[in-house]
Amino acid sequence: MSRAISPGWWLAAALALAALLVDIRLAALMALWFGAWFVNARLARGRGPAPRWLVPALFGITLLALWELAVRLFGVSPVILPAPSAIAARIAASLPVLWADFVQTALKGALAGYVLGCGAAVATAIGIDRSAFLQRGLLPVGNFVAALPIVGIAPIMVMWFGFDWQSKAAVVVVMVFFPVLVNMVAGLKATEPMQRDLMATYHASYWQTLWKLRFPAALPFLFNGLKIATTLALIGAIVAEFFGSPIVGMGFRINASIGQLALDMIWAEIAVAALAGSAFYGLVAFIERRVTFWHPSQRR
Amino acid sequence: MKSLLPILTVLLAIVALWYAAAVKLNSAWTYDQAVRAGTEVSLSALVKDTLAQERPVLPAPHQVAVGLWDGVFGQAMTSKRSLVYHGWVTLSATLLGFAIGTALGIALAIGIVHNRAMDMSVMPWAIASQTIPILAIAPMIIVVMNSLGLTGLIPKSIISAYLSFFPVVVGMVKGLRSPDAMQLDLLRTYNASARDVLLKLRLPASLPYLFASLKVGVAASLVGAIVGELPTGAVAGLGARLLSGSYYGQTVQIWAALFAAAIVAAGLVMLIGAAERATLARMGLVR
Repeated sequence: MSRAISPGWWLAAALALAALLVDIRLAALMALWFGAWFVNARLARGRGPAPRWLVPALFGITLLALWELAVRLFGVSPVILPAPSAIAARIAASLPVLWADFVQTALKGALAGYVLGCGAAVATAIGIDRSAFLQRGLLPVGNFVAALPIVGIAPIMVMWFGFDWQSKAAVVVVMVFFPVLVNMVAGLKATEPMQRDLMATYHASYWQTLWKLRFPAALPFLFNGLKIATTLALIGAIVAEFFGSPIVGMGFRINASIGQLALDMIWAEIAVAALAGSAFYGLVAFIERRVTFWHPSQRR
Repeated sequence: MKSLLPILTVLLAIVALWYAAAVKLNSAWTYDQAVRAGTEVSLSALVKDTLAQERPVLPAPHQVAVGLWDGVFGQAMTSKRSLVYHGWVTLSATLLGFAIGTALGIALAIGIVHNRAMDMSVMPWAIASQTIPILAIAPMIIVVMNSLGLTGLIPKSIISAYLSFFPVVVGMVKGLRSPDAMQLDLLRTYNASARDVLLKLRLPASLPYLFASLKVGVAASLVGAIVGELPTGAVAGLGARLLSGSYYGQTVQIWAALFAAAIVAAGLVMLIGAAERATLARMGLVR
């Protein structure tokens, strides 16, 4: 591989030189980019656990540095693109506001809707478990609905449940319901006839079989749906606030800051949303690892 | 076609539930009117009234159907009241963005598969970005593009492209890596170049994965285009119809726009599904 790369480096050097002739600032950005890339290419060739996180971390830091440098060197107006340092300063300065928005949108709206929607989906899946007829009917409909732009029901829910978090939770319930339902129904089918026969020889009742065999076997599928639903929940809660909200909440803050061209505040909210989304996903993935430790996909 | 009857049953049940909910939710207004007029409402009059209100809390299915029909066929196609016009505004942004996002996604996936440094740098971020509610940045992109003098189609399709980009990258990387070691070894014994391996083995093998992520991507693109229409204040597009409907309490308009969006989404996913079946059948990959 190393021999194949070297023409690429000549090209990079040539590009940087050409940029030097056009604009010295452009050359500085390119030097940073290619320099970091060179280090990364070297690091990526190494073995062991360190490059696994070092390379992506370096890449992320390089992007941030490029962003900062570009904004400073070219004097980009803060109403178009604020520098990362300005965004960090804004986050530090308005922690109470961001926390209040986080509580309103993520904890009240998204989390309440997530728990209700996923609970309802699991209950429905178990409810229709005994009826092959209903399953054959509901699954295609559920798959179909999962592809629709459900966020669009946000204005209706805001009309029905008012501006506060209840309407956001309602949007989230509808958004997470079908992906979880489809996965749970598929999961309940995931047992082998041999295993079910064994339960039958034990004279296990339907509920015993469900609880001791089929529900645990369905967990990997269920968690797949639950992980998809974490992102959907946050999206639903944020977008629903664009249609009307009290004067707190991440979607409200984004919408209001647009009017004031306070782009640093929007980026701060986006950073919070990204953190919340990853943390939420990570939490569900962590629970999955603890609960379905026996599944082949969790082996290390 | 064994599942046709169950599907129809479920759909019928949904419509029946919908009618019941419409009567229940709209009855408050009817009772209110009756009290003001000093009259009693019989059950048949109640049902009749709740299913024909002008601004119902929940419009009955036939009202939505009429609204949809009127929006699609009852207007000149260029009229601002026509759902065809608004649907086309949204659809064109969706398709443009989807094409850009898919092309860039495939290009990046090919780069990732061929370059270890790129793989290790970009892939963790591409996967992590799937857990982030990216849609939240849509309004900002619109406004920033506006202040740069770009309006209309382009900003919306940038959002659409962004949303369809990551599913395609993740799916394509998986697909391009799907050929097993035996197949790669065979091509090595042929002394095949990296380009030949890509064109003759990796790309064909990745097609099932590509179509799966295209379906996810096109649905995300449409959502992106609709949300991208919100912050400019209801100018044109299905998202604008949703927003102006919610401003003026025109529930029938909201539901009609919602169903139009659903039909567009279903159509797009079905188109990709048809392309998938045709392509995979020609390649002999259909199970």
